[in-house]
Amino acid sequence: MNPAAALRALGARSIALVRDLGRFALFSVRLVAAGVQPPWRARRLIREIYDSGVLSLVIVCISGVAVGAVLGLQGHNTLVRFGAAGQLGAVVGLSLIRELGPVLTSLLVAGRAGSAMAAEIASMKVTEQLDGLRMMSVDPLDFVGAPKALAMVLSMPLLATLFTLFGIFGGYLVGVVVLGGDPGSYISTLQDAVRFTEDVVGGLLKAGVFGVLVALIATYRGFTAHPSSAGVSAAATSTVVIASVATLVSDYFITALWGY
Amino acid sequence: MAKPIEIEAQGLCYTRGSRVIMNQLSCVFPRGRISVLAGPSGSGKTTLLRMIACLIRPDQGALRIDGEADLTELGLGAVRAFRRRVGMLFQGGALLDSMSVFDNVALPLREHSELGEAEIRDEVHRVFEAVGLDSVDALLPGQLSGGMVKRAGLARALIEKPDLLLCDEPFSGLDPPTVRRIEELLMQVNQSGGATMLITSHHTESTRRMADHLVLLLDDGAVSGDTKALLQNDARVAEFFAESTSPALAKGAP
Amino acid sequence: MRESPRLEIWVGAFVLIGLAAIAYLSVAIGGLTAGGPGGLEIIASFDEIGGLKSRARVVVGGVKVGQVKSVALAPDFRARVTLDIDRRLELPLDSSASILTSGVLGDQYIALEPGGGDDMGGKGPKFLAAGDEIQYTQGAVILERLIGKLIQNLGSGPSKTDASDAEPDSGAASEEGSK
Repeated sequence: MNPAAALRALGARSIALVRDLGRFALFSVRLVAAGVQPPWRARRLIREIYDSGVLSLVIVCISGVAVGAVLGLQGHNTLVRFGAAGQLGAVVGLSLIRELGPVLTSLLVAGRAGSAMAAEIASMKVTEQLDGLRMMSVDPLDFVGAPKALAMVLSMPLLATLFTLFGIFGGYLVGVVVLGGDPGSYISTLQDAVRFTEDVVGGLLKAGVFGVLVALIATYRGFTAHPSSAGVSAAATSTVVIASVATLVSDYFITALWGY
Repeated sequence: MAKPIEIEAQGLCYTRGSRVIMNQLSCVFPRGRISVLAGPSGSGKTTLLRMIACLIRPDQGALRIDGEADLTELGLGAVRAFRRRVGMLFQGGALLDSMSVFDNVALPLREHSELGEAEIRDEVHRVFEAVGLDSVDALLPGQLSGGMVKRAGLARALIEKPDLLLCDEPFSGLDPPTVRRIEELLMQVNQSGGATMLITSHHTESTRRMADHLVLLLDDGAVSGDTKALLQNDARVAEFFAESTSPALAKGAP
Repeated sequence: MRESPRLEIWVGAFVLIGLAAIAYLSVAIGGLTAGGPGGLEIIASFDEIGGLKSRARVVVGGVKVGQVKSVALAPDFRARVTLDIDRRLELPLDSSASILTSGVLGDQYIALEPGGGDDMGGKGPKFLAAGDEIQYTQGAVILERLIGKLIQNLGSGPSKTDASDAEPDSGAASEEGSK
């Protein structure tokens, strides 16, 4: 491909990217505006919390134990080299509370609930259900989008905390029960090391931000999907990809800012 | 009470990419009558219907309601107000598949009216009876047959007693007996309620039977007028209906 | 819109369990206290505080009684540490404060040792009150200095005395901690 054409293509791509970002931002503003105004759709919100939160419990808890177990294993083997095996509780706890809990939960939830959310909205678009709502003078952003997004934002910190607790338990199982570490040290170093403001609040804040990101991305991809079956699956997959990358990138910035 | 709407399209133009879908389209949909929008596939029938529903905007032209406001210029609030007077039956019914049929049909009342649950129930059952639905309250849309989906969609469109009823391909995917039944239902609705009805259809037989007013979209423009008159006097109309009869029979049946 | 009551129960349970998990994480593990039994602010000045940070523990006999509220540099270039401790404590005026380390590589904390009740020549109350300053303090042990001294002493033979590794800031007995 000749350089001039390549450059033109690159330019077009960049402009398209900026334009998409702008559309996304405008969409998000409208979604939030619809969400914070009455009517409050409590019934739909409850249903959506069930779909995003309750249905994600199994994957979050199992993964939490697994990740905690690995941390326990890796942590123990590494700390033993420095004679600091008693610090395992602190290592597992801090890793989970500050980083792995919020980040991994967000990735899991984006994959499970985020893609489902985008696919559901996209298929509603294909079957004209969204237009049907518009013709009844009901705003689909308010009726469909806002409850889904809000449910995701509320569920994320709860799920992240459960992931963390199950992880700490997993670390205990491996580090203490299997590898013979000292249970007292595990718990006391954990308690000593973890601070409420820096660690717990920081972790919850991250989970909240990730929840917002996944929610906005999933609803956006759903609403702007191409009205076809291919469009539905594209909405789902692109949600997972974009939401995952957004989680990881914003993780850096939040970590840097929260720790000043 | 119903104040049926009259719609006049003036010089509508709409291009998608390289395809010219509409070019200076002008026609009238008379007050209180059943108008059928016919034409070959891709002629812009559904597009015109969606423009009247304010779901899309034409590139140029105007859509006047009752000779006054132009639909293409309305702001969001005015569009909402207009839509309160309009009921739309979508091709697939467009019922929310996570809600029961009852909740679907009750939705407009729950959203817009101050009625209590008991009154809403009465209204929903009244309209169920009008469209010939029975014992479907707790079913999900996915559990309904094709004909029942159309009836339920029609029930939802009618529950707020609209002045304008838009139907997108109401006969698609139905067997001939059901087509007749839906046809009769629509004519009944028009007679009892008096709303202006706008139907897009491939179905030449039904069109012949039910349309007071016909708008035929052809490549070189639109032909519109009283159905019987057109069929007798306009060669293009007669030709369209003659040659569409055979493929239509094969197409109209599910 | 009718939702099955089962669904609502699940959602309610989910939210409750989630909030309980957050509460547990915050209190049992994160050490969040509801205002707590603090309230008595006293001052201690040190030459060297090492790695002592605000919110570090303040203990008496190993039991946590409060935390470090703030650390500032005084005009005389000493570190001025404000402690927030349980207001019910009655510490004699000649109590001492030392900066110790938990374990070899752990966090630093302040240990208070109640004094003998020496009046210190005043006629006023016998216990530390808000705003009072602890007179006897012991700064942090800096590992590098310790090693430096050790090497010095080893290098120049046993004739050089003064084998104490930390310099007490006043007459109180020196003490190094390890838990």
